Amino acid sequence: MTQSPTLSRRSSSAPVLRKSKQRGADARAGYTFLLPWLLGFIALTVGPMISSLYLSFTNYNLFDPPKWIGLDNYTTLFQDERFLQSVGVTVGYVVFGTPLKLAAALAVAMLLNSKRKGQGFYRSAFYAPSLIGASVSIAIVWKAMFGDAGPVDQGLSFFGINLGGWVGNPSMTMPMFILLTVWQFGAPMVIFLAGLKQIPADLYEAASMDGAGPVRKFFNITWPMLSPVIFFNLLMETIHAFQIFASAYIISNGEGGPAGSTLFYTLYLYLRGFSDFRMGYASAMAWLLVIVVGIITLIFFRTSKSWVHYSGDAK
Amino acid sequence: MTTMATPTQPKTGSGIAAPAPDYNPKSESAGAKRAKSIIFHAVALALTAVVLYPALWMLASSFKPNAEIGGANTSLWSNNFSFDNFVTAMDGIGGVSTLQFFTNSLVLAIGAVVGTVLSASVSAYAFARIKFPGRSVFFGMMIATLLLPFHVVIIPQYIVFQQLGLVDTYIPLLIGKFLAADAFFVFLMVQFMRNLPAELDEAARIDGAGHVRIFTSIMLPLMKPALISTSIFSFIWSWNDFLGPLLYLNTPEKYPLPLALRLFVDQTQSSDYGAMIAMSVLALLPVLVFFLVFQRYIVEGVSTQGLKG
Repeated sequence: MTQSPTLSRRSSSAPVLRKSKQRGADARAGYTFLLPWLLGFIALTVGPMISSLYLSFTNYNLFDPPKWIGLDNYTTLFQDERFLQSVGVTVGYVVFGTPLKLAAALAVAMLLNSKRKGQGFYRSAFYAPSLIGASVSIAIVWKAMFGDAGPVDQGLSFFGINLGGWVGNPSMTMPMFILLTVWQFGAPMVIFLAGLKQIPADLYEAASMDGAGPVRKFFNITWPMLSPVIFFNLLMETIHAFQIFASAYIISNGEGGPAGSTLFYTLYLYLRGFSDFRMGYASAMAWLLVIVVGIITLIFFRTSKSWVHYSGDAK
Repeated sequence: MTTMATPTQPKTGSGIAAPAPDYNPKSESAGAKRAKSIIFHAVALALTAVVLYPALWMLASSFKPNAEIGGANTSLWSNNFSFDNFVTAMDGIGGVSTLQFFTNSLVLAIGAVVGTVLSASVSAYAFARIKFPGRSVFFGMMIATLLLPFHVVIIPQYIVFQQLGLVDTYIPLLIGKFLAADAFFVFLMVQFMRNLPAELDEAARIDGAGHVRIFTSIMLPLMKPALISTSIFSFIWSWNDFLGPLLYLNTPEKYPLPLALRLFVDQTQSSDYGAMIAMSVLALLPVLVFFLVFQRYIVEGVSTQGLKG
């Protein structure tokens, strides 16, 4: 909020009456301009959230009126083996996929953070998968490439590695999905790159003078200076990862197989809600997801104080 | 926008005491520099090959006969390149031509762009430039929706649209775009507008311009970069969207490409891999063209505004 001194002087010398009139006009204009968002917020977010909370305490199949059953949906969930499996699948994906993706993104960003020819080309080439990665087309390609006895399998067996297939092998579907998300490291990489460019070069020069090696430079300069960007990427990618859907749906033919190994949370929610028409049950699942994501966000923000440094914090 | 290059001091004249002649990390021999550059490009090119391989594989396979796509053949090259797969893919599925699916996708994507640009820019103007009671509370709520998993709203939304008889129309897919439901774009534009000097609208106000005037003739022209980023991303996201159409559309004539693609997969299974992959290529074509044309905008947009893509 930077206001030039001349402006504030002008407004303070204005008559009080005009000022309050202006304020009323501003309020009216503000709400008018905000109208599209306000309508959307109420009709498409707040309203649905409240009714979804209500539905989560009911049995509702879209055809008969909802029947209040209290906490039954929630208690049933924790005895539902497929639900527990979907939690396991999703947590595994988030816990292994997201850090790997971010590590790849950071490593490549550091590689590209130099003045060299072709930088722009590499940046674009590495970013491209992020733009198409969640599409149905790429899911189909992945399924074909990682098909049992498909090109990836064949390529690996050339090196004497035999994994017993990917798509049809329950113990290999998760690595396959993790590879799919790591492949999209370009989006966080570009953000890291922008962050790296902001770190003053003299910090590294001074460290070199003091005889610091690359490892010390990384932990004492790069990591703390980059921590706000790391935090942002970590939060966004984690929340994003919880919501994987299209690729899971396509690769598993909408069933979450083999042996439930690709039954991601949102896929199970979709199946419960829109194939079985158990809208109340699916709503309970949706609310659990909101709560979990909320808790994770809170934990991230709480713990961030100890490792995220904003410039001007402590200098 | 906020990325401002910090001026680096000239290397030679910066020292208070001249550096010891035997220690100067900057003066590498020309040979060492060359070697470093070669290593950099070797690593970066190898990585490019790995990262782009799936896309190249898709492209190459779309021109190959079926027998050469699945099994042992990992090579991108074939001696039997042909357009047969594309001919089959253009035939479409379920009596609907692929051209129709294309048109449907285009209608949805253009609708999404128009809706998002209009509603997000207007709402962002309110957040960024007008003072009114409750503004910061609403702003906080908007930011919160950025983190909200949207699965929590899809069930009630579906029920409402179903009761209004709007399932199997494009309205449920487009209405949110016209109501600035993608908080992300609103946020992006707010950030952009806040960086424009306040003197601009103050001066216009003194001259008697109202908010509508200020918005349309001062803000909008200046916001071009943000509007372009928003248009590109809302187009691509809408083009790739799968869950929305999956929920709301059930007549194949109305399907956009991703849904048509799923139908294609369901019906052909692995019997016609070639056509399936050719159709995947067609479905990605506009996104790839967009990317090639606007790649600078897209990549810069991501780095300054934290878009995900």
